[in-house]
Amino acid sequence: MLEIKGLTASIGDKPILNGVDLTVPPGEVHAIMGPNGAGKSTLGYVLSGREDYTVTGGTVTFNGIDLLDMEPEQRAAAGLFLAFQAPVELPGVNNANFLRTALNAIRRAHGESELDAVQFLKLARAESKRLHMPDDMLKRNVNVGFSGGEKKRNEVLQMAILRPKLAILDETDSGLDIDALKIVADGVNALRGPEFSALVITHHQRLLDYLVPHRVHVLANGRILRSGGPELAKELEKSGYAGMIAEAA
Amino acid sequence: MAAVTETLDTVQSVTQSGYKWGFETTIEMDFAPKGLNEDIIRLISSRKEEPEWMLEWRLKAYAAWLKMEEPQWARVDHPPIDYQDLHYYAAPKKKAGPKSLEEVDPELLKMFEKLGIPLKERALLAGVDPDTVENTQIAVDAVFDSVSVATTFQATLRKSGVIFCPISEAIREHPDLVKQYIGSVVPVADNFFAALNSAVFTDGSFVYIPKGVRCPMELSTYFRINARNTGQFERTLIIAEAGSQVSYLEGCTAPQRDENQLHAAVVELVAMDDARIKYSTVQNWYPGDANGKGGIYNFVTKRGACRGDRSKISWTQVETGSAITWKYPSCVLLGEDSVGEFYSVAVTNNHQQADTGTKMIHVGKGSRSTIISKGISAGHSNNTYRGLVRMLPSATNARNFTQCDSLLIGDQCGAHTVPYIESRNPTAKVEHEATTSKIADDQLFYCRQRGLSEEDAVGLIVNGFCKDVLKELPMEFAVEAQKLLAVSLEGSVG
Ligand SMILES: Nc1ncnc2c1ncn2[C@@H]1O[C@H](COP(=O)(O)OP(=O)(O)OP(=O)(O)O)[C@@H](O)[C@H]1O
Ligand SMILES: [Mg+2]
Repeated sequence: MLEIKGLTASIGDKPILNGVDLTVPPGEVHAIMGPNGAGKSTLGYVLSGREDYTVTGGTVTFNGIDLLDMEPEQRAAAGLFLAFQAPVELPGVNNANFLRTALNAIRRAHGESELDAVQFLKLARAESKRLHMPDDMLKRNVNVGFSGGEKKRNEVLQMAILRPKLAILDETDSGLDIDALKIVADGVNALRGPEFSALVITHHQRLLDYLVPHRVHVLANGRILRSGGPELAKELEKSGYAGMIAEAA
Repeated sequence: MAAVTETLDTVQSVTQSGYKWGFETTIEMDFAPKGLNEDIIRLISSRKEEPEWMLEWRLKAYAAWLKMEEPQWARVDHPPIDYQDLHYYAAPKKKAGPKSLEEVDPELLKMFEKLGIPLKERALLAGVDPDTVENTQIAVDAVFDSVSVATTFQATLRKSGVIFCPISEAIREHPDLVKQYIGSVVPVADNFFAALNSAVFTDGSFVYIPKGVRCPMELSTYFRINARNTGQFERTLIIAEAGSQVSYLEGCTAPQRDENQLHAAVVELVAMDDARIKYSTVQNWYPGDANGKGGIYNFVTKRGACRGDRSKISWTQVETGSAITWKYPSCVLLGEDSVGEFYSVAVTNNHQQADTGTKMIHVGKGSRSTIISKGISAGHSNNTYRGLVRMLPSATNARNFTQCDSLLIGDQCGAHTVPYIESRNPTAKVEHEATTSKIADDQLFYCRQRGLSEEDAVGLIVNGFCKDVLKELPMEFAVEAQKLLAVSLEGSVG
């Protein structure tokens, strides 16, 4: 269970999150929508521990432990995964090698045995096949020369292999063709279970057709403005954010 | 605060613990008195039981050196070196050059074992095909301060006509070969440090590969500086006759000491028609502590002559150690269609300074050269690539390609690229590409979000950056080099 209470954060001295309250019970998928610049990506970064942001107040616990106290890699080991809005390129770093190192670091943190190259490749190939991704994605350098859509798919592949307990997907559906959109939804749906929760940041109702969320939240001006069921996304699609923001002001 | 700066700060408080080869071996030593003069040179020559011509050669070099001055053009900075305050000869007490491994001081064997250098020739297992086993074996020449203490697999190599022995032994046993080639690639008065080396060199390896022979195993020399206030001046000479092939690797370490120590080596390679020499270096001399105290001054002259048509000399170096590195392994491409290659990774951390690169001198028609240089700077270090490509009028259709990349970690370090290109043949082509990049905070964060520690993340990124060079190393050493890169950057980032 992810519990965010009164979370405020700033970059430099510019406040961006102004008191976010949000609870995601285990087993649930929640969507976050909101206008550009609202602070959605910031929320994802703050949850995963990016150092450029200063948390100025509030608490975040994940399954009872204080997330804000942990290093990014410790949060990853605790099961948090962030699919980046803009995945980062790592020149010369082989995707499979990168993922194996990551998976083994997490396994080590859990006291599990590490996977050797052969065991890992077997697992990685199976996952990429399941997600209908070409094998050569694993052989290429991490995100280098990937198209926008391929980068997003690679995030989903990484998620599938690392099997997080809490996945934050930051506009993973943006720039994807219809088939890829289904892949993203499949990626999340495959992980669904009583121990898995997800925060899906999106601008498009379309993704939510494949990936029906338990709740939809509207984030604007650094706080949650409204929450509701899947129908809220449909409403936003029609009416936009302006009215809602004016109403709240 | 940016991730990198923060970790840099954290680390600065912990002193450097990364150097794992800094232990000292206690062993009874035989020293020459401090200082340099003709008598010292005579002493070295007599300890080595050298013939008269060798002594004369040394004295000629010494006379030349006296008239020379330390080069000032490199981007390195150090207090003046007092050449009279050094020992020029230090050897473990016992007769130099033991006849067999049994005669080697067990302390020495233990030390090399600790360094992971196998000085025991493992007996072949019964029922194993010796050909396949040999390929995984490596013949080692171990040089401790001023003497070679052991050379393994000499007998096996002899069977194929290969000579692999300490150069001091070669001077006695194979004087004609040595006389013919020594100083023929790096003349005695080539530069200040080469002249000094020629006057006082003490040991090093000699390799001779006869016509048409493919050396049946990797050859390697391991250099260890142990004694205090002692310079190490080794000399290596490799001759590959027509159609022969050899792969040679050198490694080096030194104890952790507060004072700087001088290392000035000369390496000469000669490749005849169709011969190939692959020379790899993993240089891990003590780099000094986090504040720049101590460390080896590494002033090295390495040059290969591609004398024969279609001959090839390939230098691969991974330079992680030394307080100062001044080193330009070069190729003189005399033969038609001869090939020169230089693959380099140079890492500097803390207060290390490296000024390294290569010279490719194209003389022969259709000669080709490739230069791939990867410089990584961290801490307060300075890393300079300095490379010369010269196309002489005779070098019709010669080609050079240079790729020179720098990676910066933190913002206190410097990377510099100084290419010199001289072309005197209009058909010759020279290409030069250079890039500079930083390990970005977002790259580190991306890796850490996936569960990697900051150190592992830097290791991955750095190894990715060096991939094109590391793949040129012999397999067994590539893995070691990767680990070494991680260790030498330990503390730069986490
Ligand atoms: N490094 C930074 N420096 C200054 N301002 C920043 C920085 N990072 C984010 N911001 C600002 O913080 C605000 C929130 O940005 P954020 O990326 O969280 O928005 P978002 O809701 O994800 O928007 P989008 O829908 O466009 O992705 C924006 O006004 C943005 O300009
Ligand atoms: Mg965003």
